[in-house]
Amino acid sequence: MHTQPKLSLGPVLYYWAKDQLLDFYEEMAAAPVDIIYLGETICSKRNLMRTDDWFSLAERLAAAGKEVVFSTLALLEAESELKRLRRLCENGVHMVEANDMGAVQLMRGKPFVAGHSVNIYNDRTLSLLARQGLRRWVFPVELSSQTLQTMQERRPAGVETELFAFGRLPLAYSARCFTARAFNLPKDDCQYRCLDFPDGLTLAAQDDTRFLALNGIQTQSAHTFNLLPELEQVRALGVDVLRISPQANHTAKVVGLFSGCIKGEIDLITACEKLERLVPVGSCNGYWHGAAGMENRAQAAAESLM
Amino acid sequence: MELVCPAGNLPSLKAAVDNGANAVYFGFRDDTNARHFAGLNFGPAKIAEGIRYAHQRGVKVFLALNTYPQPDGWSRWQNAVDQAAELGVDAMIAADIGVMDYAANRYPELKLHLSVQGSATNYEALQFYKENFGIRRAVLPRVLSLSQVEHVVNNSPVEIEVFGFGSLCVMVEGRCILSSYATGRSPNTYGACSPASHVEWRETPEGLETRLGGVLIDRFAKGENAGYPTLCKGSFRVGGNTYHAMEEPTSLNTLELLPQLQATGVVAIKIEGRQRSPVYVQQVARVWRAALDACERDPQNYRPQAAWMAELGKVSEGTQTTLGAYSRPWQ
Repeated sequence: MHTQPKLSLGPVLYYWAKDQLLDFYEEMAAAPVDIIYLGETICSKRNLMRTDDWFSLAERLAAAGKEVVFSTLALLEAESELKRLRRLCENGVHMVEANDMGAVQLMRGKPFVAGHSVNIYNDRTLSLLARQGLRRWVFPVELSSQTLQTMQERRPAGVETELFAFGRLPLAYSARCFTARAFNLPKDDCQYRCLDFPDGLTLAAQDDTRFLALNGIQTQSAHTFNLLPELEQVRALGVDVLRISPQANHTAKVVGLFSGCIKGEIDLITACEKLERLVPVGSCNGYWHGAAGMENRAQAAAESLM
Repeated sequence: MELVCPAGNLPSLKAAVDNGANAVYFGFRDDTNARHFAGLNFGPAKIAEGIRYAHQRGVKVFLALNTYPQPDGWSRWQNAVDQAAELGVDAMIAADIGVMDYAANRYPELKLHLSVQGSATNYEALQFYKENFGIRRAVLPRVLSLSQVEHVVNNSPVEIEVFGFGSLCVMVEGRCILSSYATGRSPNTYGACSPASHVEWRETPEGLETRLGGVLIDRFAKGENAGYPTLCKGSFRVGGNTYHAMEEPTSLNTLELLPQLQATGVVAIKIEGRQRSPVYVQQVARVWRAALDACERDPQNYRPQAAWMAELGKVSEGTQTTLGAYSRPWQ
């Protein structure tokens, strides 16, 4: 009998208006998530929320009983970004999710979470980081359940494993802003066009197959990675935390479906059908099965039966 | 500044050495390096010969061991480190923390360079690798502007090497999985981006289509030059427009930035292209040797010669070049 996995809410990867963001977190304060990751992880130009705003939001959510973790910027290029990073790392109250090796370095000796953009592909890496203070790690999204199984067998004592379980997949980061480029704007004068795309800007192939989503300097999958159908296997692997990556609409419903299934209050098949209707484009799970990330194995299996 | 040239095989290694490289880098014939392509790289006999050839001529040899092992493949990377130490390479270029941890503990005398695939873009990250593994040098990802490079160099605990020429990664290296999203294989896991095994060329009424993992990457009219379908260089639809949404087929060329790069204190310039021919290596090494010598002699009056630019243009992707992220407007 395994303990039930906890639910976490990943950082909002998009740029939302401040009111929309605060309303969203008010809703999440009442939602059945145990852990909330907070902060801007994509672009340091997105400044509607200042560091102090994130700090006060953290207090509000902690008061609502949530474990709050500050997430750091994934791609650090400027000294001003390191300065902000140091403030987060020295906050002294909440744990930090390091999303880059610079943040890992600043957190050495203190408890920290390693995000999915820190490359932990083997147990030797995990053990070294655990000796430096790592308490939880997010499994790299491109790796399979088979690799996870070995990692779980070999993980050091006291280390929790978190899985990116729901959301558009984070695939790449660049110096270039692709949202600005889509409007023929330079990054230095981007006019914050990403505010207009609260789920990212969908990119399609020339035959109109929806493929990726542009989110500023980040590239995501157009399809939503979804591990709810794999819940039994996830449980059997002893995963500690399942992460839901926020989307502009229906995140509370998504959380509700995951939570209901974990507690056994909702039938898994019904929940999966409902969930499929809540994602912007469709779902995928190829990485979990050791295949191309964009594939949808369960769906492929179902279609082959018809 | 040192000139570090690619050696995909023995003829390329010799071409680099003979045309002015200060160092060459190579990989083994498997997924332990980021150019894991059919017919490329070195088996044991050729490695020994290549190292001898380079060392006799005063040229250093670096081994690229810069992919990320998963637990079930670990022994391949461990063997590769053992072999590197035994061969007496001048440095091992690595990305994975586990690999560096093993190398630093088992072979403290083996010099380590942090690969571009290690994805370290700031000096705090470099400090991590210096403190934990004693790395001597790091190759910076192609995401920093010139002034950001300078800032990293000024604060870095280790030597800095940057890319000068070759195929351009648009994304921060080591953290891009676009390729495995479409094909199941990425530089991190498999040592290849947009692998040839997943490429299709299809003649259709709309023109020649290139696909990767079944995804339409680009479409070319009759007579148009059809490029290899590297995912981030594809032509896609966004908001009703069809264009190169991430980047055009183009190569990085920093020839005109040489005096500035030299002034930042960068110690080495890296040339991309282990997958390219010995002729490519010969042409590029020769031009870059001449340029580096000219820049060192008289940085004030250095100008890239038209003949150099033309020579490099010929071997560039889409026959065009860019300054990439070194230049703010590109970003």
